Amino acid sequence: MSDTSATGPVLAADGTPLKRSLARALRVQKTRALMLIAPLLVFVLISFIVPILNMLLRSVDNDIVADTLPLTVEAVAGWDASTGELPGEPVFAALAQDMIVAVAAKNHTKLGTRLNYEQTGLSSLFRKSGRAIKKWDAETVGPFKEQFLDLHDGWGRIEVWETIQTHSRRVTPGYFLNAVDMQLTPEGAQSQPENKQILIKLFWRTIWMSLMITTTCILLAYPVAYLLANLPMRKANVLMILVLLPFWTSLLVRTSAWKVMLQQQGVINDVLVWIGLVADDGRLVMINNQTGTIVAMTHILLPFMILPMYSVMQTIPQTYVRAAKSLGATNWTAFWRVYFPQSVPGIGAGSILVFILSIGYYITPEIVGGTKGVFISNRIAYHISSSLNWGLAAALGAILLVVVLGLYWCYDKIVGIDNVKLG
Amino acid sequence: MSSKFTENAVPVSLPFTLSLVGLLVAAVSFVAGVSTASVFSEFLLTVVGGAVVAIGFAYALISVFGTARAAMVVSALLGAVAGAAIGRLGGALAGLLLGTAVARFIFWIHYREYRRPLAPYLTSEQVLWHYTFRFICGAIFVFLITPILVVMPLSFNAQDFFTFTPEMLRFEADGYSLKHYRDFFTNNEWQRSFKNSVIIAPIATVLSVSLGTLAAIGLSQSHVPGRRAIMAILISPMIVPLIISATGMFFFYSWIGNFLEGTLGLNKTFVGYVKVILAHAVLGIPFVIITVTATLVGFDRSLTRAAANMGADPVTTFFRVQMPLILPGVISGGLFAFITSFDEVVVVLFVGSASQKTLPWQMFTGLREQISPTILAVATILVVISIALLTTVELLRRRSERLRGLSPG
Repeated sequence: MSDTSATGPVLAADGTPLKRSLARALRVQKTRALMLIAPLLVFVLISFIVPILNMLLRSVDNDIVADTLPLTVEAVAGWDASTGELPGEPVFAALAQDMIVAVAAKNHTKLGTRLNYEQTGLSSLFRKSGRAIKKWDAETVGPFKEQFLDLHDGWGRIEVWETIQTHSRRVTPGYFLNAVDMQLTPEGAQSQPENKQILIKLFWRTIWMSLMITTTCILLAYPVAYLLANLPMRKANVLMILVLLPFWTSLLVRTSAWKVMLQQQGVINDVLVWIGLVADDGRLVMINNQTGTIVAMTHILLPFMILPMYSVMQTIPQTYVRAAKSLGATNWTAFWRVYFPQSVPGIGAGSILVFILSIGYYITPEIVGGTKGVFISNRIAYHISSSLNWGLAAALGAILLVVVLGLYWCYDKIVGIDNVKLG
Repeated sequence: MSSKFTENAVPVSLPFTLSLVGLLVAAVSFVAGVSTASVFSEFLLTVVGGAVVAIGFAYALISVFGTARAAMVVSALLGAVAGAAIGRLGGALAGLLLGTAVARFIFWIHYREYRRPLAPYLTSEQVLWHYTFRFICGAIFVFLITPILVVMPLSFNAQDFFTFTPEMLRFEADGYSLKHYRDFFTNNEWQRSFKNSVIIAPIATVLSVSLGTLAAIGLSQSHVPGRRAIMAILISPMIVPLIISATGMFFFYSWIGNFLEGTLGLNKTFVGYVKVILAHAVLGIPFVIITVTATLVGFDRSLTRAAANMGADPVTTFFRVQMPLILPGVISGGLFAFITSFDEVVVVLFVGSASQKTLPWQMFTGLREQISPTILAVATILVVISIALLTTVELLRRRSERLRGLSPG
């Protein structure tokens, strides 16, 4: 042994230096691990991460103006709105050329819808003009300015041209501004008129209600988790079923159960009327408002709070509290100074989990929330499927996602994502 | 020790029991009186009268009967007779239970039975707090379980109501029927959505379990470059709010769908199923990863080395040595993935088309638009399914703990 170490590097059995041999073994191991992970990683990346990033890009994507009216956008770029005059004939000639192409491809209504988000009335301007322009062809001659002004008064309004000019950029902060109740105007970012400011309020409501739900979950989960952690194993396992059964029951079953319970002609109101607490004509309104959302979601998310709390409390030795008491602490001091601090990690883990889950909830608020109890998710769904303002939906989604990922990062720091337990 | 037993056998003073019972009944009749009585004298009569009757009843029970059992039988009979006079069969049953409980409670208080399960050195306040705490916990458990229990009897309602009818409360046979179940099993809409769920969920589960298990085994190797980042990406479908996932997938899968239908000329319905299945498989992956990595933590690596030492190739080692040991984790991960897909509505709403309507989707539209009690029948069936799944997972968890030697027996 001493001979080899004196003459050269330590050799492996096949004669290669041990160092290189070990490095190769490690490389093989790493490759094998990555090969096992690769199929799933590629699958998740392609069908989940990329689509979400792509969706988020829509929040700043504004190709439609520049793609539909390429010549006009170029021509109007040099126009200065502050002169108070309409753009000149070249701009209108470019618009005519663009519109003939757009109408033939039926793109002008989409553009109208897009610009209508910024200025009401533009949708009908493009639709009405399109109907007339359909008859034009390449041979139609100018002057176009008069012809456009005859088609629709809208083309004679400075604001219309300002809007087109402002939103001709391919990347726009407009949707994000809309998402925080502002709008992109020719003079820069400004806040929306009072009656249109609903989104900031909705964001605050989402956060406030999620906090309410988290707090009620903490208050309800703490005693239950404490009881489960301190009962003998056999009894705790039986009671655990009462926690796990709701956890495993379909979300829609629980939501419909709450609808049945909370309705005005529902079980709770009937019981209250029957025992005489509430008059028959004074039945409580507990659904289609914030109460409904908070009650139902607290019930749905409660197991997600109980389970992490329970797993932390299980590890707290009962002897600590007994020691504190034998040293003269009162019941309250022993709990508050000795037991409670040790259970805080459980509260933290459960709270972040419940908050993350509740802030993005869609189904339950949609069914029991009415109009007053809906969340930002419901607004996103509305913009995706009803108003078709996908850019705004993407911007709202991006903001929500940033909040959730921030919380997720905290969760990872505090609990560690590897330590998530299920059931 | 002997002092503890003698102390427990001695009843508390009679005034203590009687005043406690009187106070409790007075409190209950206070609530009832506040809401029903129209004038103050009537209210006073309710409270005082209730308390006096209760005290008299308690005194009679204690002085006549020496043991709780005899008192419970008599009290139950009395309650049943009184209940039957008010509300026939339902009332009699309620009276029976109430009478039993009342007698039990009186003797429980009077003979200090509440002290028996507790440590003898506890002060009265501690005993009181112990039972108050138990009561609070009981109330929370009731909150957790009531909505699920309420749905079940309501699904047998003979009327199209979402609440208990007087006939149901009186336990009359014509208050109950199976018509909502019949509707579920004969209605085409419900049957088709049920069939869709049964097609989509298992295939999505198989996909996420097979890919997820492989990746979890890879992740649990000792040297994985970028382990945290990979883990974060694989867990992300669980963290990202469903509405955002659904929106992203909506654009992505409509593009994929156009490609498959337009370029490859595949059948539209088939493509629809593929889209929903792939989307659901992604959602189920985090659950598989989490449960399987958790199981692999307890897996003894020297077993695979031993197998390799004896000449088994990696594939044989995996299927003959590793797989049987981590199987409980794989199955429970699969069940989680299954329930995720089976219960999923947001993504399928965005990605699927009408021919892929699943059971949750049908329930969701039912709850939003034409609310029909068939939903309650479906809900009951789903609760039964989830009880079955819960039992399976629980049994598997115990088996896995036993295999790893974490808990005896």
